[in-house]
Amino acid sequence: MSMPDPTERIAAFRAAQRLAYDCAEAIAAELRPGMTEREAAGRMKAWAGDHGVREWFHEPFAWFGDRTAFRGAIGIRALRGFNPAFFPGGRRLEEGMAFILDCAPVVGRAVADIGYSGALGHNAVVEQLLDDLIEHRNLIPRELAAGRSMAEVSRAVDALCRRQGVEPRHKAYPYTVLAHRVEVLPGDASRFSLARFGLRAVRELRRQIAEGQGEGWSPLWNSSPASDHPPVPGLWAVEPHLGFRDVGAKFEELLLIGDDGSARWLDDDLPHVRRFKARPTVKKAA
Amino acid sequence: MSTPFQVEAGEVTLSGHVAGPEKAPVVLLIHGYPDDSTVWDGVVADLAADHRVITYDVRGAGASTAPASSRGYHLGRLMADLSSVIEAQVPDGGKIHLVGHDWGSIQGWQALVDARTRHRIASYTSVSGPSLDLAFGAMARRLRDQPLAALPPLLGQLMRSWYVLAFHVPAFAPLVWRAGAARLWPRILRRTDGIDVAGRPTQLEDALRGINLYRANFREKLMAPQRQTIGQPVQLLVPRNDPFVSAAVFDDLAADVPHLVREDIESGHWLPLKDPALLAARVRRFVTHVDGGKDCGAFVHGRRLAARRTPGAAPLAGKLALITGAGSGIGRATAIALAEKGADIIATDIDEAAAERTATLARLVGVEAHARKVDVADAGAMTALADWTEEMLGGVDIVVNNAGIGMAGDFLDTSVEDWRRVLDVNLWGVIHGARLFGGRMAARHSGGHIVNVASAAAFMPARGLSAYAATKSAVLMMTTCLRAELRDKGIGVSAICPGIIDTGITDRTTFVGASAEAQDRRRAAASRLYARRALTAEVVAEQIIAAILKDRAVAHVGLEAVLGNLLGRLSPGLMRRIAGADLMPK
Repeated sequence: MSMPDPTERIAAFRAAQRLAYDCAEAIAAELRPGMTEREAAGRMKAWAGDHGVREWFHEPFAWFGDRTAFRGAIGIRALRGFNPAFFPGGRRLEEGMAFILDCAPVVGRAVADIGYSGALGHNAVVEQLLDDLIEHRNLIPRELAAGRSMAEVSRAVDALCRRQGVEPRHKAYPYTVLAHRVEVLPGDASRFSLARFGLRAVRELRRQIAEGQGEGWSPLWNSSPASDHPPVPGLWAVEPHLGFRDVGAKFEELLLIGDDGSARWLDDDLPHVRRFKARPTVKKAA
Repeated sequence: MSTPFQVEAGEVTLSGHVAGPEKAPVVLLIHGYPDDSTVWDGVVADLAADHRVITYDVRGAGASTAPASSRGYHLGRLMADLSSVIEAQVPDGGKIHLVGHDWGSIQGWQALVDARTRHRIASYTSVSGPSLDLAFGAMARRLRDQPLAALPPLLGQLMRSWYVLAFHVPAFAPLVWRAGAARLWPRILRRTDGIDVAGRPTQLEDALRGINLYRANFREKLMAPQRQTIGQPVQLLVPRNDPFVSAAVFDDLAADVPHLVREDIESGHWLPLKDPALLAARVRRFVTHVDGGKDCGAFVHGRRLAARRTPGAAPLAGKLALITGAGSGIGRATAIALAEKGADIIATDIDEAAAERTATLARLVGVEAHARKVDVADAGAMTALADWTEEMLGGVDIVVNNAGIGMAGDFLDTSVEDWRRVLDVNLWGVIHGARLFGGRMAARHSGGHIVNVASAAAFMPARGLSAYAATKSAVLMMTTCLRAELRDKGIGVSAICPGIIDTGITDRTTFVGASAEAQDRRRAAASRLYARRALTAEVVAEQIIAAILKDRAVAHVGLEAVLGNLLGRLSPGLMRRIAGADLMPK
């Protein structure tokens, strides 16, 4: 199920991802002390709506303070990690507090799924984690290029976390995913959603799971044996989420795996990449 | 040789002695209650070699005469006395270095702000006596700002200050002194502090008159404490086991005393009698520092302790902790946990980048952190590390000998080289750490804590673990013996025996007698087992913190360690049969 022209398809996904990051950056700039997660998520939804988004893979999430670390209730992994504590709540933002904004709009038939981390004012831990995340961003295509299976790459991410002394908090996500596959959505737009997840996109993911089961691969990329297969071509929303004590940070962006197994990030002009390039001194960690 | 002198000071005549070379820096020592200036004899004998040392009997004590009424013991009069002694003995207007103990220390703090004396004081060393203004002022502020949090330290000091209250009860204290306390005084000191002093003929009079010191001053200071900034450099020597003054009254002084260094000393209340050489050495070092501007690691440590000890500070604030093998696993988790408890960190590892990363993480927690590359098996490198910490940072308060390597495989497959390596790191590394840092802790007399990370393998025999278990068993026994030895010096020693902890050690374990490929397979299999057990390094770190704070002899971490320990006691035979099972990953 793909758009006829590959170049057009890539452009559509890149545009969707840009829109999603623009949305997160715009709302991040509006964040003020006292604002709740629910308000931030609502603002993202409104902003995207103003920019033509009618359908979501998942509606915006926002996490503030220690909820960015996915510890405690939010880290409970029963029910394969589906956890009501994920949803935006009444936590209010304070000066110096970490935040994560995460949204997945559907633009036409393309899906974006992005994660944007920062802090209101300065937070040294967030800064460190954002630096650390860039190493993961460099590591993932490099490991894929070296011919590793997808599970091995995910385990390499775990090992880098260990060297960095941070926790891979994406283990608290549904199915402990480091990434999940995205595809061009079939059929017509659906405005129905279930617990903030869009019906059409969820249906497509279920279709991929079924397809992968037949062919020996999984659209849910994690460290388990289910991902012990060669890289599967297509687009993957990769979302390493690092935590140190009660602060967490993540990015989420699309990785393009070619038919030959080569991998590259869909777009290098994203906020967390620009931030790292603009840093005066680049500290090499671990 | 000391020369006696007398100084007329209004209604009293003060008697004193001066000793030491005339051109040397002048040190003036003020004694406390219920002593006279002979309490300084040991200190004077040492210090007078290179200092001009002045001592005198405070009014009402020893050979000095007493004022007629209790008002005569007011701090204002005592300051006039001190001023008279300084004028008479240092007529050229030069500055003196002041040292005070107990009530002499309370006087010393007053002298730093009193208009008659403050310009004559170059430095002040305070032992076991707070500034009444600063202490009562801080107490009042704390009670006002955080009434609940202020109560425990306040009660702690009240428990120790029962005698101050008793001294205000008419007739009670004099009765006790007369009933025999004065006669028994030398015996009391021998019993409580192990100090031998001769009885003094004026002991009873000194004790009776000195009660007026409390009666003439405490109420006034309690009701109206003055807050003043103290400009002179102050060295605070805080005995850790003082039954009369709680260490907490010296917390939070850095704001009012910008040039403050603090050292906690393993001693009771009578430091001038208990360890005069140590006290003399501390005064000598401080005088040299103040007069010559010479800094050293001890003052770096002293400034850190003074600055970090604030009310509500974390329990290890101001302490410096060194952790070996801090680049990963239990070592890194322990470094972070210690930082969370307020300790500053020296992270060491054979992998420099890994140690540096741990230091970075500790800094993110909010403490000062250093990283050093060291191979614990290298005696020379460990000595250099210990010297560096001493010179640059004033020595460590906590050392966690954690670095270790895994080794598995049959005894007969274990080569001499394999044995050397595992013994060098796992046993010699701990020996070096405990010797070098333990020795320096003992010399410093500030107490401390040594944590040696052993293993449940120390008491759980198993096929294929002969080398590893032998090193850990040796560490456990050495630790237990060392604990018995260092108890008197106020140094705690703990052994930690973790079970199966998912730290990454299995990724680096040497499986002896295995091919490279089999080695990788076994590492992977062992890592999977350890990951399934899912007991983390953070759990061990938590136990290490508890062992330090509660001075535990041994901590078993994980159910397998606890049960293994029990089983070894209940049925060693069953334990040996289990050891025969082949559980090594294939």
